[in-house]
Amino acid sequence: MRAIKQFFATSNSQINLGLFLTTFILLLSILGPWLSPYQAQEMVGARYSLPQTGVLLGTDYLGQDVLSRVLHGGISIVWMSLASSLLGLFLGVILGLIAGFFKHRIDQVIIWVADIFLAFPHLILVLLVVSMLGRDKWLIAITVAIAFVPGVIRLTRGLALSISKHEYIEVAEMMGYPYHQILLREILPNILTPLLIHLGTMLSWSVALLSGLSFLGYGVAPPEADWGLMVNENKGGLQIQPFSILIPILFIALFALGANLLAEGFGRKFSRISESNKHA
Amino acid sequence: MQNLELKDFSSVTPARISLPAKAGPIALGLAEAAEHTGPPPSHVRKKSIVSANLLKWIVKRTLSSILGLFAISILVFVATQALPSDPARVILGPEASEEAIQTLHHQLGLDQSLAAQYGHWIKPALLGDFGISIDSKMPVVDLIAGKVKNTLILLGLTLLVLIPAAFTLGIYLALHKDALLDRLTISFLIFVKAVPSFAIAYGLVMLLSTLVFNLFPAVSLIQANQPLWSQLQFMVLPMLTLVLSSLPYLVRLIRGSLIEVLQSDFIISAHLRGLDKKQIIWKYAIPNAVIPAIQAIALISSVLLGGALVVEVVFAYPGIGSALNAAVDIRDIPVIQAVVIFLASGVMAINLLADVVTVLLTPKLRTA
Repeated sequence: MRAIKQFFATSNSQINLGLFLTTFILLLSILGPWLSPYQAQEMVGARYSLPQTGVLLGTDYLGQDVLSRVLHGGISIVWMSLASSLLGLFLGVILGLIAGFFKHRIDQVIIWVADIFLAFPHLILVLLVVSMLGRDKWLIAITVAIAFVPGVIRLTRGLALSISKHEYIEVAEMMGYPYHQILLREILPNILTPLLIHLGTMLSWSVALLSGLSFLGYGVAPPEADWGLMVNENKGGLQIQPFSILIPILFIALFALGANLLAEGFGRKFSRISESNKHA
Repeated sequence: MQNLELKDFSSVTPARISLPAKAGPIALGLAEAAEHTGPPPSHVRKKSIVSANLLKWIVKRTLSSILGLFAISILVFVATQALPSDPARVILGPEASEEAIQTLHHQLGLDQSLAAQYGHWIKPALLGDFGISIDSKMPVVDLIAGKVKNTLILLGLTLLVLIPAAFTLGIYLALHKDALLDRLTISFLIFVKAVPSFAIAYGLVMLLSTLVFNLFPAVSLIQANQPLWSQLQFMVLPMLTLVLSSLPYLVRLIRGSLIEVLQSDFIISAHLRGLDKKQIIWKYAIPNAVIPAIQAIALISSVLLGGALVVEVVFAYPGIGSALNAAVDIRDIPVIQAVVIFLASGVMAINLLADVVTVLLTPKLRTA
């Protein structure tokens, strides 16, 4: 427990900034609907009007308040990216552990299937499935998770392979521990750190992917509010009312930046730890 | 094959380091240590040997790629025609009559078994005929041929700008590591990497096209009948967006790789032997740092193939990405199948090429 606390308590500015940004965006999207002055779909003024008193960021293409829509529109991107990253990690780790530990036939099969999926750019894969099965938000989250799974499989498998060579694994096997116990209690805790770093990377990928998807129209449907969707809706007003596009883009960028910094900061910390372990 | 490296070693370095007559013990010791340095850097060799083992590996790798392509075609086919949702119902909408659905079933061949349907599709596809687009009733190949060309030109232009820029920046930053410029640039690159590509696109539009300056058009209204060279100004903004979205990864990779190579043993021993510093950097360090960059370029090319879609939609660039987007919108299945297969095969081909080039440049991998 103390090791975990030691790991997180840091003066590393990257991690701090990343944590701050992601928490800020998280709170904003959860508390947003309470704080917003108007409803997300309430018409408050003329279309594309500039910021005034009461309408702090101006109105969008229909006359709805940009600030309110931004406050309402964060939650779907935030929960979908968190859900898809965690789901992808979960599925990928299970498959990767099986592949890395049991090796031989099942490893070959899993790796071969993973490589097939890896050949698709993520966006194309998700578009393909979503176009056929519909635009349900859960479906999109699951498909994004499946798009990330092959990468996680490769990572976990490599790590599990290298750990399996250690003697305590052989001893555990010889002593007759059941397989799932070996996997969960011996192998998994030792490979947790790079997996967590990859989770941060997947989080930043999923933000980009999901915001792009909602920009293209696959996600929240109008008239609901969503940051990516807002960018698409208001792109016609770029010259008249830039805030209607700028603010959603800003928040998407902040969230993605926070996730990136987290992943980078933890990555740097991990490489320093492993370096100091090497010299120890 | 294992003797290869030892042979080159003797052809490149002198058998004995020449010492002044009154060399002290330290210089003697250094000279002896330098003599027993390992083989020279991997790029220094008299000729690249393409042995039978290597050819066998290349053939095996190519076959595996082709097999993968078939598996992908099955996957695409299943995703578009065999999923629980009935494509005919999806196309015609929820209020279509039963006879209309049956007719479309028959038209699309959906009343046959799955395997028969797949065979029915893959045979002409292998010869280049991907069927007729449901929406525009034109043969799919005619429809997307021009767009494929447009996208390839855009991607080619992107790589043309990206690779020199990334190498210049990466090498410069590695050589001036931890200087103020290095730290500022890295922070800027981290920021740019985080922003999604369509956000970069609109940022560039706002900067260069509408609000700040007015240099480039915001929408790529390319006319099909004119040659592309005369319409280059339409491609600048999309290309810049793609370059900016991939630059951070490549620059940091090259910088990191070069820093690591500069700290490795054979570079230090070259220093000890007194080789000119510039020569060390350019002849020995950089060629070795380049190898991970090749894999990275392959990765980026495949990412670009996917990322070009969003950029094309933003700028209304008539390429394969916006064609796919339009087809997915109206569920034009033959077009979707054709475009996705094309993109996936492009990615596989790039990966294959990158793997082969990497193995050709790294003797260590060849003997594995």
